[in-house]
Amino acid sequence: MIEIMIYLSSGLFLGWSLGANDAANIFGTAVGSRMVKFSTAALIMTIFVILGAVVSGAGASHTLGALGQVGTLPAAFVVAFSAAVAVSWMTKLSLPVSTSHSIVGGIIGWNLYSGFATDLDVLREIVGAWIFSPILSGFFAVILYFIFKKRLNKAKIHLLHLDFYTRWGLLIVGAFGAYSLGANNIANVMGVFTGIMEIPNYDLGFLTFTGAQQLFLLGGIAISVGVVTYSKRVMLTVGSNIMDISPIGAFIVVLASSTTLFVFASSTLKDFLIMLNLPSLPLVPVSSSQAVVGAVLGLGLAKGGRNINFKLLGKIGVGWILTPITAALISFILLFFMQNVFIRSVI
Amino acid sequence: MPHILFGRSKELEIEIKEYLDLVNQGSLTFKRDLSRYIKKNFELFEESLTDIKEIENNADEHQKDIKYKLYKYMLIPESRADVLGIIEEIDTITDLAKEVIYEISIEKPFIPEELENEFLELVENSTEAVDMLVKVVRAFFEEISQVNDYVNKVHFFEHQADKNEERLKRKIFSEQFEKIDIAHKLQLRYFIEEIAALSDQAESVSEDVSVAAIKRRI
Repeated sequence: MIEIMIYLSSGLFLGWSLGANDAANIFGTAVGSRMVKFSTAALIMTIFVILGAVVSGAGASHTLGALGQVGTLPAAFVVAFSAAVAVSWMTKLSLPVSTSHSIVGGIIGWNLYSGFATDLDVLREIVGAWIFSPILSGFFAVILYFIFKKRLNKAKIHLLHLDFYTRWGLLIVGAFGAYSLGANNIANVMGVFTGIMEIPNYDLGFLTFTGAQQLFLLGGIAISVGVVTYSKRVMLTVGSNIMDISPIGAFIVVLASSTTLFVFASSTLKDFLIMLNLPSLPLVPVSSSQAVVGAVLGLGLAKGGRNINFKLLGKIGVGWILTPITAALISFILLFFMQNVFIRSVI
Repeated sequence: MPHILFGRSKELEIEIKEYLDLVNQGSLTFKRDLSRYIKKNFELFEESLTDIKEIENNADEHQKDIKYKLYKYMLIPESRADVLGIIEEIDTITDLAKEVIYEISIEKPFIPEELENEFLELVENSTEAVDMLVKVVRAFFEEISQVNDYVNKVHFFEHQADKNEERLKRKIFSEQFEKIDIAHKLQLRYFIEEIAALSDQAESVSEDVSVAAIKRRI
């Protein structure tokens, strides 16, 4: 049991850093400008991240499993650990970083080490989703901007009421954002473990939790711990930097990026689209930071294209390429050590 | 809109509305009092002297209440600071109006008959600028897209008041009024500037509101 917990610890650490970093994408502006109290934001994040992870976490996890099914617990430990190291390193270089990119890098590192062929179709699907997610998020932001602009001009809402709505709106989209983050990104935290660990279902009588869901619950708690212990700092420093926009703008950005994360995580939505014979999106863990940047850029374009930060775009590009490569490299090297120094089977 | 939902912000909304009504009343009273004085209707002028003081006191009370409520209730911090700044700045207009009326009552400056119409016009334009400012502020709260239209009107009336001010001063210090001694001229100049200051202040507040309105854009 203790050994299992040690192996899981790297995933939990990744979850912690995910919570610490990505909570600012959802509540950064609201908390940074003191529109929402941090304690309120943390409570909402905690509840909805766990809900999203447990209820809708399976879809994106499945895709990671298809990319490369890491065979043993020690290997899973190394893959998650490499991803966590890559994330910490990139964060230190202040590049917008994603646990999604790093875990995929880690898995590919394992594939390379173990000699399993990486399923190129799945990889293509994942990389495609990474490219497409900020674009989709920007697109949502543009649409939302025009809808809200028209509505607000027509509705003539009293300023005080509008502020009241905006605050509640930020709380509600924050809850949705936390849910989507949990649903989409829990795969990064626990995805490599779900295929290996055999956990019996837990029956509550009216509800049954699968083994994977129990792991997702654990990962969700790790994310929450990250939110509660460390995200305030990120929100107060980074949060207000990313989004120097109005409260309603923040509402739009959070809604657009959360919707993006949601469509890449919800198997219900995917099944529904397939049922209607509409094109559906693959369930892939994407980056919430990049979805946010996409939405901010979309909003900027909709407002007339000024204030677009091309330097930021360049930084995203660098982080985008560097993260998975770094994670893959670290993973490859550490797997070698795990196999030959610690004598643990990794294949 | 249901009161249960907004509760406290509804209270604040009413308070701000009443406050703006008082600013409007202040400007109307200022205009009425000055017209009476300029037309040498001194008895009536003195009779209603306290009106403007009452309005000013009442406005001060409202202003304090609004400040308190703005900080107590749920409002977006940035707009809270803007609203507070605007409310405080408008208050100086009502204060100024009261001050001018009282100083006139104390000093009783003599306004030559030839200047009466020009003085009336200055008062008219200056108070018109204040009335437009009240509309600017109402629009800021209720229909933000209208703010700029009213800001332009404030600019217009302020500009008119400026012209009146200059014309009056030039006249007073011209040969036409050689008979008036310099102390009297300076006193008239002082009151002309004070009356015109109302429109200057209105313009300055309207610009603040205009900036606050830009910040409110999505």
